[in-house]
Amino acid sequence: MARQPVIDRASNSSWIAGPSRSQDASDAVVVRAEGVGRTFGRRVVLDGLDLEIREGEFLALLGRSGSGKSTLLRAFAGLDDGIEGRAVVPARRAVVFQDARLLPWARVLDNVVLGLRGADAHRRGRAALDEVELLAHERDWPKTLSGGEAQRVALARALAREPALLLLDEPFGALDALTRIRMHALLAGLCARHRPAVLLVTHDVDEAILLADRVAVLTDGRISLDATVEIDEPRRRADRRFAALRSRLLAELGVDEDIEAHRTPITTHQPLH
Amino acid sequence: MSVHVVEANRPELVSIGRADGGSRRARRSRLPSGVERMLGVVLLVGAWQLASNVGLIDVQTLAGPATVVRSGWHLIQDGTLQSAVWVSLQRVLEGVAIGVPIATALALIAGLSRFGEDVVDAPLQMLRFLPIIGLQPLIVLWFGIGNTAKVSLIVFGVIFPVYINTFAAIRAIEPRHFELAHSVGLGRFATIRRIVLPGALPGFLVGLRMAAAVAWLILVFAEQINATNGIGYLMIHAQEFFQTEIIVVGLAVYAVLGLLSDALVRVLERRTLQWRASR
Ligand SMILES: Nc1ncnc2c1ncn2[C@@H]1O[C@H](COP(=O)(O)OP(=O)(O)OP(=O)(O)O)[C@@H](O)[C@H]1O
Ligand SMILES: [Mg+2]
Repeated sequence: MARQPVIDRASNSSWIAGPSRSQDASDAVVVRAEGVGRTFGRRVVLDGLDLEIREGEFLALLGRSGSGKSTLLRAFAGLDDGIEGRAVVPARRAVVFQDARLLPWARVLDNVVLGLRGADAHRRGRAALDEVELLAHERDWPKTLSGGEAQRVALARALAREPALLLLDEPFGALDALTRIRMHALLAGLCARHRPAVLLVTHDVDEAILLADRVAVLTDGRISLDATVEIDEPRRRADRRFAALRSRLLAELGVDEDIEAHRTPITTHQPLH
Repeated sequence: MSVHVVEANRPELVSIGRADGGSRRARRSRLPSGVERMLGVVLLVGAWQLASNVGLIDVQTLAGPATVVRSGWHLIQDGTLQSAVWVSLQRVLEGVAIGVPIATALALIAGLSRFGEDVVDAPLQMLRFLPIIGLQPLIVLWFGIGNTAKVSLIVFGVIFPVYINTFAAIRAIEPRHFELAHSVGLGRFATIRRIVLPGALPGFLVGLRMAAAVAWLILVFAEQINATNGIGYLMIHAQEFFQTEIIVVGLAVYAVLGLLSDALVRVLERRTLQWRASR
C-alpha cells in the first residue's frame, strides 16, 4: 500500500508539501502539521499548531467546545481553503462527520460507494457494509435507518476507501450511551484490522482513553498536552492508570472532576467489552 | 387491556393507533368514501338537468347535461373531437418539450455559479412578472398567427415555473452535501449528477406540475384568439352558432386533460421520490 504523504491542495500556496525528510528516518509519519494557523475574521482559532500522526496510530483529540477541533479536522480533510502554515496528509483519507451525512436520495450501498472508482467499487462497498453488519440494508433508503445505523453506514463509506488517514469528528456524539459502547467496540475492531491512522475528535475523555494510542488536547490554538496511553487492553475504567490519565486530561480541559463524575453518562462504569 | 380504553375519569388521555380491527365509530352505516364524494357531483348535475328540463336555463345560455353528453358523443363519432384533442395536446407537448429543458438548463447555469446567477437569474426574476398572455401581440408579430405562435407562448409560460422552482431547489441543497461531495473526491460533473440533480428533483417536479397547469391555461387562451383547429377553435366555432353544448364539451375536455397531466406528474413524483416516503 502506497502511503507516502502527498501535497494537499496544490492550488493553495500557503498549504504546501512538507520538506522531503518525510522520506527518510520518520517515514512512518503520515500526518505532519507545522505551524498550522486559521483565523476567522479577527478570531485566531488555530495558532501555529504542530502535530504528527504516525502510520496506523490512533490519536484522540480533545478540547473545549469552540477550541478548533473541527477546524483542524476540516483542514486535514482538505475542506478548508483558509489554512496557513504547512501540513502533509495522505492522499487517501476519509472523513466521518458528526452527522452521518448520507445522501437521502441514494440507497445505502450507493452512499457507501459514492465517489469510489474502479470495477470493484460495489464489491468493496458491500464488504465495508458487511463489516459494520449492515449488508442486509444495502438497498434501503437512509431515511429508514436509525441514528446508530446511519452512523455505521458513514463508517462503512469511510472504510470502503481504505484510507491511510481516517478523520472522525465526534462520530458518536449524537448516539445514546448503549449504542456508543457498541460503536466503540466496532471502531476498535475495524481499526485493528485495517490499521489506518486515525484522528478522532471527541468531547468524551473516557472515549478517548478507551480507544486511542495517544491523546492530545487542543487549547488556545495549539496542542497543549500530548500523552501516549499506556494502559493494557482491554482497558478498564477501574485501572489506576486510566483514572490518572483521566484526571490529567480533565485538568487540562479545565473541568472540575467531581462535577464531571456526577454528570458523566453510564458509560463511565462500563468496561469496553 | 387495549390502548383504546380511555378511562372515563382520565379525560386527559387519548387513544392512538388501531388495534383489534374493532374499528370504532365512523364508517359503520356510511357509504364508501368514493360514492360519498360523487354524491355532490351527482346532485349538481341533477339540478342542472332539472333546471334545463323545466326551462329555467335556456339552451342558448347553457345546454343541459344530457344535450352535452349527446353532442360529445356525436363529436367523437365523426372524429372531430379526437382530431381537435390531438392538435391541442401536440401544442402543449411541444411547448413543454421545448420549455422544460430550457428552464432546467437556465436553472443549472444560475444555480451552480455566482456568475451564472448574476447573468441569468436577475433578468429572469424581472421577466417573471410579465403576464405571459400579454406577450400575445408581440408573439403574433414575431411568429404570425400559426402554430409556432401558440407553441412559443406555451414555451414562455412553462419556462418560469420550472426555472424558478428548480433554481430555488438547487440553492436549497445543503452545503454539507457539497462538502461531502468534496470529501469523497467527486468532480464537477459527478457532483451535478449525484448531488445537484437528485437534490433539485423535488423542486423541479413542483415546477413541472405548475408548468402543466400553465400550459393548458395558455393553450385555451391562444386557441381562442385565432386558430383554425384544436379544442379552442371548436369552442369558438360553436359560439358563432350558439352551440353551448359544444362549448361545454370543450371545457370538459380541457378539464380532463389538465387533470390527466397533473396525475402524470404525480406518478412521476411517486416513482422518482421514493426516498422521501416515510418508513
Ligand atoms: N466558518 C466559520 N466562520 C467563522 N467562525 C468560525 C467558522 N468555523 C468555526 N468558527 C469558529 O472557530 C472556533 C472553533 O470552531 P470549531 O468548530 O473548530 O470548534 P470545536 O472545537 O470543533 O468545537 P465543538 O467541540 O463545539 O465542536 C469557534 O469559535 C467558531 O465560532
Ligand atoms: Mg466540532
